[in-house]
Amino acid sequence: MNDFLAARSQMALSLAFHIIFSCIGMVMPFFMAVSHFYYLRTGKPVFRNVTKAWSKGVAIFFATGAVSGTVLSFELGLLWPGFMKHAGPIFGLPFSLEGTAFFIEAIALGFYMYGWDRFNKWFHWFTGVVVGVSGLVSGILVVAANAWMNSPAGFDFKDGVYSNIDPVKAMFNDAWFSQALHMSIAAFAATGFAVAGIHALMIVKRKNVDFHSKSFRIAAVFACVAAILQPISGDHSARGLAHRQPAKLAALESVFKTGTHIPLVIGGIPDAKTQEVKFGMEIPGLLSFMVGGNTNTVIQGLDQLAPEDQPPVVITHIAFQVMVALGMFMLGVSILYFYMLVRKHILVDSRWLLKLFVLTTPLGYLALEAGWVVTEAGRQPWILYGILRTRDAVTPMPGIQYTFYLFSLVYLSLALFVTLLLYRQIKMVPVKYDIA
Amino acid sequence: MVYIVMAFLWVSILLYLLLGGADFGAGIIELFTSDNNKNRTSDTMSRTIGPIWEANHMWLIIVIVILFTGFPDIYASVSTYLHIPLLVMLLGIIARGTAFAFRHYDAVEDYMQVIYNKVFRISSFITPFFLGIIAASAVSGTINPDAHGFADAYIFSWLHFFSVAVGLFTVCICGYLAAVFLIGETLTPAERRRYIVKARSMNIAALVSGLLVFLSAAYDHVPLANWLFGNPVGIAAIAIAVVALVTQWIMIAEGHKTIIRLLAGIQVTMLLVATTFFHYPRIILMSGGRYLSLMEHHGDEKAIQSLGLALLIGSAFILPALFYLIYSFQKKTA
Repeated sequence: MNDFLAARSQMALSLAFHIIFSCIGMVMPFFMAVSHFYYLRTGKPVFRNVTKAWSKGVAIFFATGAVSGTVLSFELGLLWPGFMKHAGPIFGLPFSLEGTAFFIEAIALGFYMYGWDRFNKWFHWFTGVVVGVSGLVSGILVVAANAWMNSPAGFDFKDGVYSNIDPVKAMFNDAWFSQALHMSIAAFAATGFAVAGIHALMIVKRKNVDFHSKSFRIAAVFACVAAILQPISGDHSARGLAHRQPAKLAALESVFKTGTHIPLVIGGIPDAKTQEVKFGMEIPGLLSFMVGGNTNTVIQGLDQLAPEDQPPVVITHIAFQVMVALGMFMLGVSILYFYMLVRKHILVDSRWLLKLFVLTTPLGYLALEAGWVVTEAGRQPWILYGILRTRDAVTPMPGIQYTFYLFSLVYLSLALFVTLLLYRQIKMVPVKYDIA
Repeated sequence: MVYIVMAFLWVSILLYLLLGGADFGAGIIELFTSDNNKNRTSDTMSRTIGPIWEANHMWLIIVIVILFTGFPDIYASVSTYLHIPLLVMLLGIIARGTAFAFRHYDAVEDYMQVIYNKVFRISSFITPFFLGIIAASAVSGTINPDAHGFADAYIFSWLHFFSVAVGLFTVCICGYLAAVFLIGETLTPAERRRYIVKARSMNIAALVSGLLVFLSAAYDHVPLANWLFGNPVGIAAIAIAVVALVTQWIMIAEGHKTIIRLLAGIQVTMLLVATTFFHYPRIILMSGGRYLSLMEHHGDEKAIQSLGLALLIGSAFILPALFYLIYSFQKKTA
């Protein structure tokens, strides 16, 4: 493995890991706050128990997300010093604001976790809400920084010199809103389905049914609302891509040749050599229609780019198809859920629906990771789109493959530990949380 | 505005050293506590540090963000030439942060606790040790951008007697801070006595390793004595630190917890003043007299402006909340 590939792999691994933990850490506080709210309003102990159980989960994931985030802030420099030297001042603003938001989150979590029966109950509840809100704001700010890499703004670039820097413009680049929106909704959907799925499994197993049904309800509503909204934000993102990053759109849809009446390709494996998509289903003219409102819209293909400027089409295309397919599946589950809810079916009895939720447990996170593969692989070969190549930003230090192996080992063991802890949290529900 | 940003950088480093340091130190004390008392130490620790634990480590993130936004050349060259110690420190941070959370939040208490404890204690030692190595290497003139060969460029940039001595010294300082902090948090007189002994022995260890720092500085041709004693500010800072140290020895057994904490804080603050003042605004001293300076190598003016504003706004939110957090849990445990 060469150093460049190792550096990219290490970064991808660190991000993939951090994304899961930070999303759970930013979304679960909202579930927790809702359940806590019900407890304060109704006084039913089961809601307090759910809240406490979830808050332990939040604390575990927050701690893990905090360290993996710290690691990333260093890895930017350890792996990509050539990028950070130029990019730091331009896109540092969202990171410095994120530092504040994250700090507030840590302080609020301290209040919340150790504040039971110590403070005014509504103040205590409010600190839980602050955990969620500041987590969400952190997430949005970090995504805004990533959006700047896709849609550079706020500086002039001439002869390798970055001048006329405007950090505010850089933060509010063209891509920030659609990316932040898409990511925030994705975080709610993915975490919602993951949490709902675990509780659904426990209901199916007939364990602590009341406790798990209450938990399931809260998580499932968040998940399903998010899954229904997500295609709208996805459509918004894709149309933005047509203007900002036509190369990425071309890669994810496998558009090899520029033209009008471009079909929407569903599934399939693109072949970069023959410039065809095998086994895919084509809906004639739909991509042109979706981008411009009529089938005469011109879609730029990969043929507009020199080979060394093209993103990797196979991985981007497949990741995109996976993301969309999973998104559609979750949309279906969500519609079904609301249909069943409106028809007043008693949830515990519709075991097939619960089993469907169990099946969906990991799918939200799979879709979310696939989406990040699309964003990141689709931006290649650039680290800063159109300006700086990833290859030119990598650290000169050799031997990165060994640090990559080391980090793989560390993240793998962390994942195992967290899984064990989670398993134990759930196993101990009858003993620690759902006490009659 | 660049002065405001520099002030934030310095204060964040100081707060990380004091608050994060005390936090590392609690793990170090656990490491060097007899087996019978280990669990009692960790109970005291999670009871008292628990609520502010996450916040203590945010200062490091603030330091990093200030560096890469405001001083990108400094950030890039440090992370290139000190890649390996930074990496080890990161592994320490990962291990420590997760082990602390896991041992506290694991729903089942069994043999896994042994693993969490071991990981937590060892990484509590390793992380500040490498932080010390990094800090020392930044100013020891051993970073050589022209070096050929892996070892010269990426290993001997940080591996030498001086940096190792500073690493040990940092560990001792952390242990000392933690012991002084814990004295005020004890519930029984016996426990209190135990931490007083700990604080004294950590203090002696710090003095011994401090001596080692001077010896190794002489060996590695780092003009440390000149930095500390070659200017009035350095001399004054060291003098204040010594006075605080002596007062501390007299007062530690009977003094009020706020006073003895303050005295320990003054010692560490004065040490940081003395060690940073002489070469300010130069922050990285490399081989052959080359350097990176906060004044000459800061990033774009507008970036500094927005960073300074973000920090000012941020601290208006953070500081009151943080003080209230510390205040309310101090009050409730007292």
